Amino acid sequence: MSNKKDPTKRPEGGVTRRGFLGSVGAGAVVAATGVARPGEAIPEITSPEEMVQVALLINGRIHRLLVEPRWTLLFVLRERLAITGTKAGCERGECGSCTVLIDGRPRYACMTLAVEAEGTEITTVEGLLDGEELGTVQRAFVEEDAFQCGYCTPGQIMAAEGLLRANPSPSFDEIRCGMSGNLCRCGAYPHIVNAVTAAAENKKGGR
Amino acid sequence: MDQESPYWIDGSVPETPGTGEYPDPWKTTEIVGTRVPKVDAYERVSGTAVYPHDISLPEMLHGAILRCPYAHANVLKIDTSKAEKMPGVRAVLTGNSPGADMPWYPRGGKFSGRLFDTHCRHEGEEVAAIAAETPLQASDAIRAIEVEYEVLPFVIDDEAALDPSAPAIHEGGNVVGEPRVRERGDLEAGFAEADVVVERTYRTKCEIHAPMEPHGSVARWDGNRLTIWDTTQGVFSVQEAVARAMRLPLANVRVIGHYMGGGFGSKLEVGKYTVYAALLAKTTGRPVKIFLPREDCFLVTGNRPGNTMTVKIGAKKDGTLTAIDYRSLGSSGAYAYGADSSTLAAYLYTCPNLRTEDTTVYTNAGKARPMRAPGFPQGAWALEQAMDELAQKLGADPVELRLKNIADVLQVEEGRPFTSNQLAECLRKGAMEFGWSEAWARDKTDGHLRRGVGVAACFWGYAGGPPSTVIVKLFADGSVNLNMGASDIGTGTKTWAAMIVAEELGVAVDKIQIEHADTATTQYATSSGGSKTVPSDSPAVRAAAYAVKVQLMRMAAEQLEVDVSDLEFRDLTVSSRSDQEKKVRVTELEKLDRQGVVIGTGYRDPNPEGMVTFPFGAQFCEVEVNTRTGEVRLLRFLGAHDSGRVLNRLTYDNQVFGGIVMGVGLGMTEERVLDPQTGKMTNANFHDYKIPTMKDVAIEHTCVPIDIPDNEFNTTGTKGLGEPATIPTAAAIANAVCDAIGIRVTDTPLNPIQLARLIAEQQKEA
Repeated sequence: MSNKKDPTKRPEGGVTRRGFLGSVGAGAVVAATGVARPGEAIPEITSPEEMVQVALLINGRIHRLLVEPRWTLLFVLRERLAITGTKAGCERGECGSCTVLIDGRPRYACMTLAVEAEGTEITTVEGLLDGEELGTVQRAFVEEDAFQCGYCTPGQIMAAEGLLRANPSPSFDEIRCGMSGNLCRCGAYPHIVNAVTAAAENKKGGR
Repeated sequence: MDQESPYWIDGSVPETPGTGEYPDPWKTTEIVGTRVPKVDAYERVSGTAVYPHDISLPEMLHGAILRCPYAHANVLKIDTSKAEKMPGVRAVLTGNSPGADMPWYPRGGKFSGRLFDTHCRHEGEEVAAIAAETPLQASDAIRAIEVEYEVLPFVIDDEAALDPSAPAIHEGGNVVGEPRVRERGDLEAGFAEADVVVERTYRTKCEIHAPMEPHGSVARWDGNRLTIWDTTQGVFSVQEAVARAMRLPLANVRVIGHYMGGGFGSKLEVGKYTVYAALLAKTTGRPVKIFLPREDCFLVTGNRPGNTMTVKIGAKKDGTLTAIDYRSLGSSGAYAYGADSSTLAAYLYTCPNLRTEDTTVYTNAGKARPMRAPGFPQGAWALEQAMDELAQKLGADPVELRLKNIADVLQVEEGRPFTSNQLAECLRKGAMEFGWSEAWARDKTDGHLRRGVGVAACFWGYAGGPPSTVIVKLFADGSVNLNMGASDIGTGTKTWAAMIVAEELGVAVDKIQIEHADTATTQYATSSGGSKTVPSDSPAVRAAAYAVKVQLMRMAAEQLEVDVSDLEFRDLTVSSRSDQEKKVRVTELEKLDRQGVVIGTGYRDPNPEGMVTFPFGAQFCEVEVNTRTGEVRLLRFLGAHDSGRVLNRLTYDNQVFGGIVMGVGLGMTEERVLDPQTGKMTNANFHDYKIPTMKDVAIEHTCVPIDIPDNEFNTTGTKGLGEPATIPTAAAIANAVCDAIGIRVTDTPLNPIQLARLIAEQQKEA
């Protein structure tokens, strides 16, 4: 991608990790760790003035917006940018439905703060399309029927895409390990293995 | 058997009118039975499919729900004043809000709770709801609601709930209804004539459905018309419940459920959140979206009850069963539901003398909901392990023992015939493809890695029927619009429907557009549950396509000036049998060109009278047990299922494997853990509640369809598949482990913690 940026360099208007931690109040930490209970201390709410500007490079396009420091990349993708291919399943880093690629590696968007994602290259399932044409992994998921309800599928596809970028010829065990961070309650795993295997072959063949 | 009404229906459903004109069974097929990728696959893999969780409307507010943190408590006081002043808050809803006081949890014409109940009977019971500008503002604000609770003693153990001194969850004691008893023959005489008797108590743990899309709804009002986007298995059941709750005519409530991210039974029941969204939207005059956090889904959106089952079976030396005594206890949770598990034991095998008894109790835990073959995997865990033990005692091949006792008829009254029962074929063909005889007979190794094989069989206790109405519209250019109300819950409903139309009319699958699961624009269908969507709705799809074909033939007869009886229809062309020259493409029909469209309406024909239909199946697996660690590796699994005709082999395989994967969860990894000190769930998240990952499932999966159409049952020859595919799995694993190391594991989950303990005990005894 031509406008790929150095992830160590932060554009103006963003925050450093140190600056971000400094900006988060104690109340927000309580809310984030989930220890607040009804009737206990009310968490402090970030006021609009405390919002920070970020520039996010998503699927090759820069999006500039104001975010609360506590907003996750998942929240910003779905609720602020309406890029809803990325799904929310647990919002606590356990199910993998929200898997996106960050600098080519699979990451849970629910465990990534939007402010953290600045300066990286973010790819969602929509970003694998070439115009209206499906990408290689997406096509393999169709042909092998590697899903049922399809809700975990964008995450599965991004995990597979990340796996194949790092390892173009994964063994059966490497596929099982590489895909084990993505839950599928419909149990389409046998067909997902077939799809990842087929996608690896097709990528090599230029399909 | 008649009293065993299907579990997803409460009250009556409309019956479809019969037309008396149904097509004959297919003799050969060209599309049906092949491997066709799902017709909505592009949407699902590209991210363009809009699930209810993805809905975003202009001016939309976000809701959050405050839940009782205690297992059992009375709400004494709710103070929402601080919450109302929180940033972004637009409405607060409690039981005192206008229109919010209503009964909830209907069962058998009665209600066992309220929309907001001040008597909170389980952790997670709803106390208040809020709508705010953003999801975070809403969840911030519910924390600001101050509630004074009177904490009550609780009971979470099924057996403890039976104690008369146990805390009362409802008036009238903790037993739900009356224990259900079935009796036939003479039990005592049956055991007296037995040469061998086995008896043991088995336990399954409570399982959570945990579909990947959380539960939730979006509600929008336009004057007195209400539109709901809901992640549901049945839009018409949501329509009915919401219309009743909001006192609206059915016609004013539109429910849309085009995509949904899994249900497994948990999305058959209508959620309180749907009504909260509607009430909050009414109050604020803005659309409201409520989706539950994952932790709440674990607490309040249903579960498969754990069961304690004592089964005693007697048999003669030759393996003939003489008596079955089966007792089961399970919990409905805090509100009424039936936690029965005995049906499999009652009818799978021929046995003249039988008694079953199912008791359901209330406990202070989330209400149970039907989960993929409710009661059956639990029953299989007990019955099919007992059969395995019986085979061991008799020195018989477990496959042969089952073959010897296959039921010829449903054992009610004088015996009611099955429209089809291919269980013998499932066992024989499955065993052959698996290489059962050799694997079962081989010598066991002495090392610490020991292999074993197991088998288990099943039927599923329902097969569908009317009502179902489907409309097929064929346009002048030969493309088709198919209109059906059924939800596609990921099983491929839209795909087989398109394949049937393609088979009947010769239209390419990609020229068929499908409208479905929308109460305003599609035809009534029952919810997608019970493994009955294929057998209920596929004949209606076929009848609708057939109705179009009949009209096109008449048009062609007129245009070609030949008699209809001389015409045949193939690949959108009508031709004369007697005169090869006389033929016309459908797109060249002058009348169709003038009309623009031909509309065919198809109804589901009634089921044959006096007969009963069940899908059957058998599963085989091979395991490797590490006797040092208690770990079990699943080497291979094979599913041989009799679900009548296979419509789509690709999605059929996927269903069978998916059922096996879910069965692995019941058998090996899943367990709801309630803290005995607080009654609260300790593992309400995906990290601590272990659904199988790709690394937990078998290395090799094989599907062996017994593809024999049940033409006695319906015009597509189909029976259900989704649920039977998960029934025998856990029992087959336990039987394989027993084959490997000689330990009978009676309790789920069969995990290394339990197995290491059992192996240590075995070694101590030796």
